[in-house]
Amino acid sequence: MLGALVIVFREVIEAGLVIGIVLAVTQGARGSRTVVFAGVVAGALGAGLVALFADALSQAVAGRGQELFNAGVLAVAVVMLAWHNIWMARHGRELASELAAAGRAAVSGDKSFFGLALVVALAVLREGSEVALFLYGLLVSGESGADVILGGFSGLVLGAGVSALTYFGLVTIPARHLFAVTTAMITLLAAGLAAQCAAFLQQAWIVTALSQTMWDTSGVLPDTSLVGRVLHTLIGYVDQPTALQVVVYVATLAGIFLATRLAAPRPGAANVHAAAE
Amino acid sequence: MGEDVRTIIERREMTSSRILFAAAALAAGVVAAVAAEETSLEVSIKDHRFTPAELHAPADKPIVIVVKNLDSTPEEFESKALKIEKVVAGSAEITVRVRPLKAGSYKFFGEYHESTAKGVLVVE
Repeated sequence: MLGALVIVFREVIEAGLVIGIVLAVTQGARGSRTVVFAGVVAGALGAGLVALFADALSQAVAGRGQELFNAGVLAVAVVMLAWHNIWMARHGRELASELAAAGRAAVSGDKSFFGLALVVALAVLREGSEVALFLYGLLVSGESGADVILGGFSGLVLGAGVSALTYFGLVTIPARHLFAVTTAMITLLAAGLAAQCAAFLQQAWIVTALSQTMWDTSGVLPDTSLVGRVLHTLIGYVDQPTALQVVVYVATLAGIFLATRLAAPRPGAANVHAAAE
Repeated sequence: MGEDVRTIIERREMTSSRILFAAAALAAGVVAAVAAEETSLEVSIKDHRFTPAELHAPADKPIVIVVKNLDSTPEEFESKALKIEKVVAGSAEITVRVRPLKAGSYKFFGEYHESTAKGVLVVE
């Protein structure tokens, strides 16, 4: 039961924090709840399929299918997050104004929210498929169904709780600053996912350069611990990153930062942004 | 004229078969070269334990590990030090590639049964 709790908790946190951030970002926008919920459901259904075909996926593309699938899923998420930030830099000025509520209502139907819903779906897809495989394994190996359900459910509740704290923490931020904070969070989230994507490409030996380990902080803050896990999702913390991961992380941060600066309509808007920071 | 055409076709066939042969030889050479440099290891999972629990490999050479899961339940072969995270379905196998390593001990484990599925790769 404890095993089920720990694993489900871990995976739920990863997907849950992403959902929490997306909910905070889209807070108040008409229809955004439905879109995010649809993302969760689509991701969960997809996770079942991925778990079902885990073996076929592993054997595909000369044994690299699993890595390529993960890298692809992460790459799409990074692009969607970057696109959202660029879109917001161009159109989200009204969100940074005092009339935030009215501003958000005005941007309902924003296409970039669908991009964020896709990010939610992909996060649930990746973490959910692991949960499905793991729980299936427990059931097959003879652990009682009640134990597995109880453990899994407790993990789900705890993970959702941590994610909810993030969400409520975010929405207490005054609307004036919320835009700057969520822009920063999404940029960091995207950079972390990009670094993870790079790690899968290295694991598959698609990329072999820069594979040396940059540092090892697993003794101080292992990324399997609760704090490490949360930081891993929020800012992409890894306790033993490769040089490529660090390079990709920094490049993604810089890339999104520059792209949003360039996309900002005119100096006036940039000032509002800067002031909010 | 019919003869000319036949000659051309024959010549073409010869050329293409020669190219094919050259390509096959090249491919075989590449495979042989890679195989010669890599260290191939095998580890199996049974009752959520690794056998052998300790693998040995020479330093500074790429390593290929075939992980065979003899259990009917899925497992995730994971190693922070080796930077591997790969699901192996029940009664299935995966191949993981490891970059050339410095001498040392590199732990790996099965994420779904962390208490029992533990192993180490010793590079010397």
